[in-house]
Amino acid sequence: MTAYLIPALLLAVSGLALGRGANVYDALLEGGRRGLELVKTILPALVMLLTAVELLRASGAMEALTCFLRPAAAWLGLPPETLPLVLIRPLSGSAALALGAELMAAHGPDSLIGRTAAIMLGSTETTFYTISVYFAAAGVKKTRYAIPAALIADLTGFAAAALTARLL
Amino acid sequence: MSWIWVGMLGLSLLCGSLNGAGDLGRAAMEGAGKAVSLCVSLTGSLCLWSGFAAVLERAGLQAALARLLSPVLGRLYPSARRDPLTMGALSGNVTANLLGLGSAATPLGIEAVRRMQRLAGSDTATDEMCRLVVMNTASIQLLPSTVAALRASLGSASPFDILPAVWVTSVLSVSAGLLAAWGLQDCCEKNEKRRTQNEKLRCPCGTK
Repeated sequence: MTAYLIPALLLAVSGLALGRGANVYDALLEGGRRGLELVKTILPALVMLLTAVELLRASGAMEALTCFLRPAAAWLGLPPETLPLVLIRPLSGSAALALGAELMAAHGPDSLIGRTAAIMLGSTETTFYTISVYFAAAGVKKTRYAIPAALIADLTGFAAAALTARLL
Repeated sequence: MSWIWVGMLGLSLLCGSLNGAGDLGRAAMEGAGKAVSLCVSLTGSLCLWSGFAAVLERAGLQAALARLLSPVLGRLYPSARRDPLTMGALSGNVTANLLGLGSAATPLGIEAVRRMQRLAGSDTATDEMCRLVVMNTASIQLLPSTVAALRASLGSASPFDILPAVWVTSVLSVSAGLLAAWGLQDCCEKNEKRRTQNEKLRCPCGTK
């Protein structure tokens, strides 16, 4: 069903706009141009973020953090195997998806670890990517409490994922 | 973000030198290159969905969506109640998020933040912007189709049986994020008030 959702949605809305006498193609092109300008404003923010993320991974800082945070994870009820996923999830969407796939393949998609990983992936977002993109596009420089609040939401999500994977 | 950037680099350099990790310079260049290829693959969907958003607006659907969602969104984003275009972009953003169309949600959310920024007229994030970003960083999608597809491809017995757990988890994390935002907002305001008071104390006669 989801395979047809996007083209069906495009057709339905374009058809409706056409029925109301709007110049649909013109609107599409104008919006597309806005999208292109958007890419230009978010590219520098993404370059800086992904450079730092790649450095964290290549230097082994990610593994060191995983070891260091093991007791805290146990206290929250997180399976220790999911810790690398928890650390990478707010930073990089594609890396998190790859890590999640690895976890599910190694432990089985219906195992507790596999389910926890899947719930984590399904109920959180790439926090730092979202914050950089949104605030870079709007030209906001002082982000005030947006990052801590978003990280509290992520942490709650991870702990809740570990819990709901057991209960539901 | 500045502190986080410096922190990430410092930690990498420290761990890299302790571990004797290989070529960090190449890793940095690779990361930068990855960002560009991510942007290139993002460009297509961003353009397509921005076009879609423009058509949505001309079809009058954005206004209809806004009317439907304004009781909830008006409470979270009071300034959107006075600006129909912000409300339209906001409700489109929420709807796309719920449907799991993350790439469609992004241009609409950015449009909303941009309008809020124009209204506020400064480069400091307002409380509403922070709430909007928190809502977008804590996913609220109803059908996590990517993860379900991944589970199916790895031979899960029923790839969608994580749905209730995902919903409960999403609701918990979004509420925690919004609660944290409100708590931190008070904190921030007190700090800022104290700072302005201190400035007044320093120059009581109003001359600097």
